Amino acid sequence: MAIVDMSAREMAAAVRAGEISAREVVEAHLGEIAAHDHEVSAFLLVLEDEARRRASEIDAAIARGEEVGPLAGVPIAVKDNMALRGVETTCASRILAGWRPPYTATVLERIEAAGAIVIGKTNLDEFAMGSSTENSGFFATRNPVDPSRVPGGSSGGSAAAVAARFAPLALGSDTGGSIRQPASLCGVVGAKPTYGLVSRYGLIAFASSLDQIGPFARSVEDAAALLAVIASQDPKDSTSLAAGFDASEITSGVRGMRIGVVEEMLDGVSPGVSSVLDAAIAALVDAGATVERVSVPAARFGLSAYYLIAPAEASSNLARFDGVRFGLRVEGEDITETYLRTREKGFGAEVKRRIMLGTYALSAGYYDALYGKAQQVRTLIARDFAAAYERFDALISPTSPTVAFRFGERSDPLSMYMSDVCTIPSNLAGHPGMSVPFGAAEDGMPAGVQVFAPALGEGTMFRVAMALEASAAKPAVPVWRSAAAPGGAA
Amino acid sequence: MSLEDKYLITVGLEVHCELRTATKLFCGCANTFGSPPNTNICPVCLGLPGALPVLNKRAVEYAIAIGLALNCDIRRSVFARKNYFYPDMPKDFQISQYDEPICVEGFLELPVAGKRVGIVRAHIEEDTGKTTHVGSSGRIQGADFSLVDYNRSGIPLVEIVSEPDMESADEAREYVSELRAILVATGATDGKMEEGSLRVDANVSVRRKGTDELGTRCEIKNLNSLRSLGRAIQYEARRQMEIVEEGGRVHQETRHWNEDSGMTSSLRSKEEANDYRYFPEPDLVPLEPSHEMVESVRATLPVLPPARRAVLSELAGGKPSPSELEQIGTCVALELDGYVNSAVAAGVPFKLALSRAANELAALVGAGGAVANESFVELLRAEDSGRLSATQTKAVMSRLAELGGSVEDAITALGFVGLSDSEVAALVERVTSENPDEWSRYLAGENQLAGFFIGAAMKASGGKVNGRIFSALLAGKREVSRH
Repeated sequence: MAIVDMSAREMAAAVRAGEISAREVVEAHLGEIAAHDHEVSAFLLVLEDEARRRASEIDAAIARGEEVGPLAGVPIAVKDNMALRGVETTCASRILAGWRPPYTATVLERIEAAGAIVIGKTNLDEFAMGSSTENSGFFATRNPVDPSRVPGGSSGGSAAAVAARFAPLALGSDTGGSIRQPASLCGVVGAKPTYGLVSRYGLIAFASSLDQIGPFARSVEDAAALLAVIASQDPKDSTSLAAGFDASEITSGVRGMRIGVVEEMLDGVSPGVSSVLDAAIAALVDAGATVERVSVPAARFGLSAYYLIAPAEASSNLARFDGVRFGLRVEGEDITETYLRTREKGFGAEVKRRIMLGTYALSAGYYDALYGKAQQVRTLIARDFAAAYERFDALISPTSPTVAFRFGERSDPLSMYMSDVCTIPSNLAGHPGMSVPFGAAEDGMPAGVQVFAPALGEGTMFRVAMALEASAAKPAVPVWRSAAAPGGAA
Repeated sequence: MSLEDKYLITVGLEVHCELRTATKLFCGCANTFGSPPNTNICPVCLGLPGALPVLNKRAVEYAIAIGLALNCDIRRSVFARKNYFYPDMPKDFQISQYDEPICVEGFLELPVAGKRVGIVRAHIEEDTGKTTHVGSSGRIQGADFSLVDYNRSGIPLVEIVSEPDMESADEAREYVSELRAILVATGATDGKMEEGSLRVDANVSVRRKGTDELGTRCEIKNLNSLRSLGRAIQYEARRQMEIVEEGGRVHQETRHWNEDSGMTSSLRSKEEANDYRYFPEPDLVPLEPSHEMVESVRATLPVLPPARRAVLSELAGGKPSPSELEQIGTCVALELDGYVNSAVAAGVPFKLALSRAANELAALVGAGGAVANESFVELLRAEDSGRLSATQTKAVMSRLAELGGSVEDAITALGFVGLSDSEVAALVERVTSENPDEWSRYLAGENQLAGFFIGAAMKASGGKVNGRIFSALLAGKREVSRH
């Protein structure tokens, strides 16, 4: 088997056993990137030298007989909104072009301690605001399954990198579906953990109360292995929880499990995606679960509440990009003009739109009716999900109402925002959600099934995901079909 | 009738107090004053993208101590973001407590004014960096360039907001002075106004006597000393009275105190004020001090100035006179009340102990001197027994404050070793025989001549004679001579 076709766990096991070197693993992936990233544009920055150096260090440590960690030698693609010391970190925004953070995000420290190798920084919608990666300040990323289509977003670069076998694992961040939606559109696994399970220290904030870092992988078990490494309490993040994730029990199946299908997430879903969900339900029933419909009434208001809360927090989080201390500065006659020119030039249209929306929502006289009301809705959504979890161990829904769309097809912001209608409620409620690929829908494009569980119920969530992945009924998931690599076509 | 007689002044104060923690409010950088610019900084207090705040537990304990010392309720509190753009604020928002502060509804007693000032709230917030504008204006608009030092960014502050309960510049000064004494006693701050550890903003309004409705207030900033505070309030109140007297209206605004000109000038009007768009800080969880935490802070609180004044008032028989009240205030403010208590416990009369502590000892300590508590007690016992005169006592105290050493050594060194009774008796014989005329008149009943003989004895002994003993022996000789 080619190295790039191996699972992350297989790679790590082979490296640890000395069957292949970390350097070989890195070279194989750098080769794929060199050969094909011009077709996908997943990476903003490929860390060739650093990755080679890290790989040699790991090989040397293995030669000395040292413990090298569970992800030894495994390349990981990292969304470019996580700080890595000395390495340009931009959030795909011109306002941060050239900025090299003097510190490293906690998650990146964790994966490096586990022996993994950051192979590059991936593209995203600017400041993680978007659902197609078209809002990148630099260039768009293409869906490896069909390069005329978007990979989803905002973690489109990470999803595409995993789908294109540029790395077996990737990290993304999910504020309203930014891991799960691109995972669904690219045909890979993506998980948003419980809010607080993974440290946000070093994640450049979009909406602090919703942001959560999570894994991408080509299999549920690989995703679980990465989550197990990054999930733990961080004293540098006051919102992080005293909890971790144990990946050892996720294979125990769903027999006897009660699973609810969220009614509110079935409206406006394409026929192909509906069929994918129906097939998944049948597979779960086959595996011994009870599956019923359940209503989570307040979930209907998730999108409206989200587009007040997230922009409000963003308007404050993005204030620091003012040209004074770091990043772009466009000089003006005085400080106010410098602020205005810097932000005018540095931010793209969607970022400006959300800063304005959020500033308005927090303004005197509007706060109660907008931000305050949205927070009340958020409480209701959490309450309605809690009620559903009294009857069900886990919930499922489509991840995204449609398959990947073509570039420029959703120029109207509202139609773009609708891509996240099924994923946003779990960010508002704080509970975990993940997308598992389950065959193809319209135009042969992949579609995922979303699995939810109560807060810190990652164990249950991954069991359901494993059952779906292992189902004999699972249709083939469309994969990488580069013109240059015909052998990869499904 | 002067303007001041026709109007009432109302003052409310906001005091920012820098906490004396080892590290900053949300990061591990050192909390020190006077380091080279931009040396105590890190990703968190520079607001770098991705950095997150972690609350300093010691700062919370100090805030609780302040709340308890000001008789506040300690509540569950929430941090908020106060959003506005300024180069010395790295995140372009300040983390502060807004509608749910940690301390609410307390009070502070003003002993001299004899009134209670309400405390609306005391809340925790982070300080900003410090900007120096280079150029003609000295302000940000029109500056050639500006220098920013972020060492101060993230230093923990507690802001204490009073009710508008003060009615004069003197009351405002007493409030700040008393508040400062309490804050220093809790250990929360060093209270140095000149270094900015304590910063005061004053809200001032005036209204005609006989009307109930408060006038429009102005907020005065840049008050760096008690003296500035008093002068600024007097100036601002007078300015407002003149406006109202001439039929004008005071506009709500923020005004800047200029120490050199002795005037306030407009900084910004209410209309120009920022909309701070406060909302709960999502990077921090609500702060909910446990009952145990509050009680453990309470247990470590020292005896605070009001209680210490009460102890002295009790020694004064519960009804101290106005001058005693002032002396008690001085002793407590300078932390000299322990001297008084010890002296009284050793049998020294309260009035003597209070007077020596509030006057001589206070002056010596104020000048940088120090006298040990035991020495003070020993010295006052010598004075009380008549062994030393008041003048001698003061001289010994000065010497002790300057050079230290034991009381006895100081008495000897100053030559205040008293004459023996027989030596005094010999002196009585000598001065009476040398002044026969005065002696006769004294015998005849001119009692005031006792002073003449004491003076003569002082001269003859080089000041070593104890006046009281000499007087007693002199009176004894007269009794014997009359019979």
